Amino acid sequence: MPTKPAGTLYRGKVGMWSWVLHRITGVAIFFFLLVHVLDTSLVRLSPEAYNAVVSTYKTPVVGLGELGLVAAILYHALNGVRVILIDFWRKGVKYQNVMFWVVVAIALIAFAGFAPRHLIHVFHLG
Amino acid sequence: MSVVIEQPRSPRSRRGANWEKYGWMYMRASGALLVILIFGHLFTNLWAGEGIKAIDFAFVGGKWSNPFWQVWDGLMLWLALIHGTNGMRTIVNDYTSHEGIRKALNIALWGICAVLVVLGTLVILTFDPCPANGVAANLPSFCPAR
Repeated sequence: MPTKPAGTLYRGKVGMWSWVLHRITGVAIFFFLLVHVLDTSLVRLSPEAYNAVVSTYKTPVVGLGELGLVAAILYHALNGVRVILIDFWRKGVKYQNVMFWVVVAIALIAFAGFAPRHLIHVFHLG
Repeated sequence: MSVVIEQPRSPRSRRGANWEKYGWMYMRASGALLVILIFGHLFTNLWAGEGIKAIDFAFVGGKWSNPFWQVWDGLMLWLALIHGTNGMRTIVNDYTSHEGIRKALNIALWGICAVLVVLGTLVILTFDPCPANGVAANLPSFCPAR
């Protein structure tokens, strides 16, 4: 009869879920980056071509998507710093758990600062 | 394909350059730089002034008339695309079980990366903020046509 695996420091805890989230946000950012290089390249074609495509970035649906993109970037960037500290800082492994929550806190504060301002621009509330 | 997992701390058996190590180091070095470059990019483009509302050809033209932002965006382009492609390579290596599919996906990834790096670099280097084919109203304010 299969038994439940013994608990580990890694499986099912912050170490695992921070890694899962790092992968998911990384893939999302990668695909946006491919599109973003292509849309920006339109400046070389004509001002009108670039303006036409970039105007879609100002629509409500894409505007909300940009909130998700910024949230993904905030998490991926700050958790990346956490990974670097785990690898290179003497006490990194010891504090990896608390550093995850610091990452979440800083990301939330930065997002709370950005989101209202961005929504004002997207929905012309300013 | 059977996978042989080596004993921990067993000495390396392969010869030649240790590319996995350089990749590991690159992810951390480029990641640290990208934190600064991308946060700066988001701040100037999405936070400062009118944010997303203000982004148009004239905005980009104004920025790329300054070598500072050409270098900034060029660095971001190279570092981010290679960082992202190498991350995708890691994921492909983790989740593909068929060797042929794994190789094909990795070749596709690096092919796309190379095309976009070359395209983006050419765009930044050959960009003309005051093109003759543009409607005058869409050009930056410093263009003679305005």
